[in-house]
Amino acid sequence: MSEILVLGDEALALGAIDAGLAIAYGYPGTPSTEILEYIQRYTKKNESEIIARWCTNEKTAYEGAVGVSYAGKKSLVTMKHVGLNVAADAFMNSALIEINGGLVLAVADDPGMHSSQNEQDSRYFADFARIMCFEPRNHQEAYDMTIEAFQVSELFHIPVMLKIVTRLSHSRSVITRKESLPITDLGTAQDKLKWMSLPALSRENWKVLLKQQTEFEKYSVDSGFNKLTINKAYKKIGVITTGIGSNYYLENLEDMTHKPSHLHLGVYPVPVELVKKLAENVDSLIVIEEGYPFVEKMLNGIINEAMPVHGKLDGTLPAYGELDPDNVRTAIGLDPRETQGSNSSDLPGRPPQLCAGCPHTDSFHALNVALENYDSSIVTGDIGCYALGALPPHSALDALLCMGASIGMARGASEAGRKQVVANIGDGTFLHSGVTPLIDAASTNTNMTLIIMDNSTTAMTGMQDTIMTSPMIKNIVLACGVNPEHLKELKVLPKNHDENTRIIKEEIDYEGLSVIITLRECIHVVGKIRGEIK
Amino acid sequence: MADKYDIILSGVGGQGVLSVAAVISIAAMKDGYTLRQSEVHGMSQRGGAVLAHMRISKTTIASDLIPKGSADVVLSMEPMESLRYVDFLKPVGRLISAAAPYENIPNYPDLDGIHEKINNLKSSRIIDAKALAKEAGTMKAVNMVMVGALSAELDIRKESIIEAVQEKFGSKGEKIIKANLAAFELGRKSNSKKADGDNK
Repeated sequence: MSEILVLGDEALALGAIDAGLAIAYGYPGTPSTEILEYIQRYTKKNESEIIARWCTNEKTAYEGAVGVSYAGKKSLVTMKHVGLNVAADAFMNSALIEINGGLVLAVADDPGMHSSQNEQDSRYFADFARIMCFEPRNHQEAYDMTIEAFQVSELFHIPVMLKIVTRLSHSRSVITRKESLPITDLGTAQDKLKWMSLPALSRENWKVLLKQQTEFEKYSVDSGFNKLTINKAYKKIGVITTGIGSNYYLENLEDMTHKPSHLHLGVYPVPVELVKKLAENVDSLIVIEEGYPFVEKMLNGIINEAMPVHGKLDGTLPAYGELDPDNVRTAIGLDPRETQGSNSSDLPGRPPQLCAGCPHTDSFHALNVALENYDSSIVTGDIGCYALGALPPHSALDALLCMGASIGMARGASEAGRKQVVANIGDGTFLHSGVTPLIDAASTNTNMTLIIMDNSTTAMTGMQDTIMTSPMIKNIVLACGVNPEHLKELKVLPKNHDENTRIIKEEIDYEGLSVIITLRECIHVVGKIRGEIK
Repeated sequence: MADKYDIILSGVGGQGVLSVAAVISIAAMKDGYTLRQSEVHGMSQRGGAVLAHMRISKTTIASDLIPKGSADVVLSMEPMESLRYVDFLKPVGRLISAAAPYENIPNYPDLDGIHEKINNLKSSRIIDAKALAKEAGTMKAVNMVMVGALSAELDIRKESIIEAVQEKFGSKGEKIIKANLAAFELGRKSNSKKADGDNK
């Protein structure tokens, strides 16, 4: 037993370590990145035999974790919420096989979109796959639930989701650590029929999973993380909270004259029995949940239709963005706290921007000049620091969708008849999911220009090494079928600006597929600073 | 002597807001406080506005975020940024800001106007952190000057903060530790109740 100051992500990581983790795989993405980073630092410092690796993308990471489970050891796989979309094929099908070594998927949602392009709620994915999900509300729960999630995974032979959100991922607090369990080896899974996703077998395995649902729900009902408190003296309203929604409720509770009956949910599937018990004791309900109105929508089929339900669907709480102590305070009918004054309303915003001296600045500058005489050019962007090229002073991008989409979208726009179509992607994102659309474009020699901005790192998430070093990227591009005469490498320095601009324009004018790799290390790569584990 | 402090830390990505939070966290723990400290990573760290919530208490803390009207102190590395968070202050809360602007946007407002708004608050202090950091021996220690200024408001032992600074910069050598400790002392003095120019 020891006390330790950690980020929410790190509490989860320590939980996995102390549960007897053998291997962790992941792909960096805010706010999930610090989970795997912590395991890497821990392993190095303690000379542990745990393996912790970044993978090419979330799908390869997930598949690796399934392989570890098959072999009989515990595995953790980490990603952000939108990363689970990439891993979804492996994830959904892994629910139908008989998990052997415990497999825990740690997925970090980003309500409020601090560093993401949507705020999708991963609990839907857990429900979609019909598996169990743990949702911690504080650091100790992140630690304790992760240990329990591994046990549940091995108990029910299912992958288990551990869902965390930005405000917990990136909050620091103290946890009490338990004794660390050793790495165990259960031996390779023996029953092939439970391990092959073939239609005839999957039909049987699906029935097994559906039959297990009542056991999962019973587990939820009995779990100490799902807590029901009834106040028989006050019936007017009952409160349901999920995840960190409960923190904001508890923050305001002391100011409430009557303490309502309260059900907190941290383990899913939703324990219907507990919800019914709460509903029997109150005249109306308010649902305070971080994320989508997942439980709120489900209530329809559980409680009496006539009972009023307040939450995100009726506007009692905002339908989008994060919960906070103030919007929850209003929702439960309390007046706002008195403040010293209001904020100045006329302050200009200060949006994030590319760092001074960033190589991407030179790439965007050259691209903008190369395109200045065309009035209908299209530039598609991608996910990474260079998405900031969309903002002034560059304003270089016209469309941006998801990881790797710059290339596929450029191909489509070009085939739809548009000229001067340019796709813009970083080296990390190209390796993540840009290679396959490049094969598409090369297969038809589509008239477009791909600029791979190679800064030799995964910069946005904190300088993780890319899965492959710079010289290899050129080989991959050629192997995709790109004409070597139209593969150019440019060193992006201000002194090369005129020459670089000329080459970019030449390749844009070429009627066919060109690839330009702009090279220069991220300014942070050399001086990257790593925190040490205390 | 309070047993609970809510502190808003603000500035611009790269100004060392998270290091301020780290030092205060370590020191608060040494003095037996529990804490929650919420910060931002990722895209917002790229030269954008940065906000961290720091809550220290002798009892349980429910929320990672500080409610509006609850902060004892807003501590800002940058004057314009401080004015974004006035509504977090308690009616008796105090705003402390470094004097120098960080001008990485084209429409930065008139600095005198910003300083005037800060001075017009019920309790505030503007600190020439750059000059004090220079006096301490390194311009990089502006944030430790601000740690010093903040420490004058808190019931945390000075020795605990000094130890926290030593732990935080331990790997960077004697000279850096010395400069940061000097910056801390100068900042602490500049926000003492006796210092000139206080509008308390």
